[in-house]
Amino acid sequence: MKARIRKLATFLEETHNEMGRSVNPPSRRAAAVAVIENPCAGKYVEDLSELIAIGEELGELLTQRAVAALGISAPTAESYGKAAAVGENGEIEHAAAILHPKLGTPVRKVLGKGAALIPSSKKRGGMGVVLDIPLGHKDAAYVRSHFDGMEVRINDAPRANEIMVAIAITDSGRPLARVGGLTKDQIKGEDGLR
Amino acid sequence: MAEVAVRKKLMIVEEIYHEGGPAATHPLRRSAALAVIHNPFAGRYVEDIAGFMEDLKPLGLDMAESLIAALGGNRKTVEGFGKGAIVGSAGELEHGALWHVPGGYAMRQLLGDAKAIVASTKKVGGPGTRLDVPITHINASYVRSHFDAMEVGIGDAPCASEIVLALVMTTGPRVHARVGGLKASEIKGEDGLR
Repeated sequence: MKARIRKLATFLEETHNEMGRSVNPPSRRAAAVAVIENPCAGKYVEDLSELIAIGEELGELLTQRAVAALGISAPTAESYGKAAAVGENGEIEHAAAILHPKLGTPVRKVLGKGAALIPSSKKRGGMGVVLDIPLGHKDAAYVRSHFDGMEVRINDAPRANEIMVAIAITDSGRPLARVGGLTKDQIKGEDGLR
Repeated sequence: MAEVAVRKKLMIVEEIYHEGGPAATHPLRRSAALAVIHNPFAGRYVEDIAGFMEDLKPLGLDMAESLIAALGGNRKTVEGFGKGAIVGSAGELEHGALWHVPGGYAMRQLLGDAKAIVASTKKVGGPGTRLDVPITHINASYVRSHFDAMEVGIGDAPCASEIVLALVMTTGPRVHARVGGLKASEIKGEDGLR
């Protein structure tokens, strides 16, 4: 493993009731988070290929962890998202290097599909910073019931020379979704949008 | 017997490999189970609340079981525990105290008659309030290597008429514990203290 991992965390959230109404089956989402050393911290590094390679291996590891937390078979996952927070001695471009070039392919390999863009967010911040991981349907970005976000944070991360990398996976959309739009049973799944 | 209305559950699992020192052979695992429940006493003073402790017992057992499962399913690997509650703004601190008996005894029972008192904390707060749940050794409160705490919270809870209940279990000492004191190997296990 290229990434020097200090800590891994998983979060599994289940909503059973919303505004007094039962949500059955409960809407469920999981996030897996890795806290890793930032090999480019504290200096300007032109070539970010080390971070790109770390993104590739974390794509697989964190997707597997999130799917395991949900206890589902990977192909039944419905939406996904990714995010990273860079500690104060790093730059926002380090988060981009991890998230964008190579992280997505292993995510889709684990899930079996994933025609849609993986929505993402990134920021720089101190320990305890909140990551709002955006969520969208994995096969059709326009599925409105699955537009969502999951908040995660770890009180002691990221330290100045660290990066916090997160992948969120769900097996359902928002609880009590009712604002119309494309529904999941209408997905064509060809262009990743509809 | 009143039914306990659960809106949401959150399970957090952390694996800590190191904190700047030598990497642990077996990473420390810490897990927290949180449940967001309706506070049946919110908004007014209710004198007689103690019966709710009985109502909470099944939830306590369910949460303790899910913690053991999240740590790998073997209760013998659990070495530390703690508990806590966050009461929403329409409730009082005393409502959080209802969690002492059902939360604590559920863990002690499932962990095979653990001897030590379950360390705890509680507060009144709004949605997103963080709680540092204290952790001590399950059989001897004075074991210094196992003094720890885990920060937990949920972005959208507790709402005014809710309570967030928390249980925490860990698999070992702090990852680089080295400040002396009573060791886990020196426990007599008679009084729950040493």
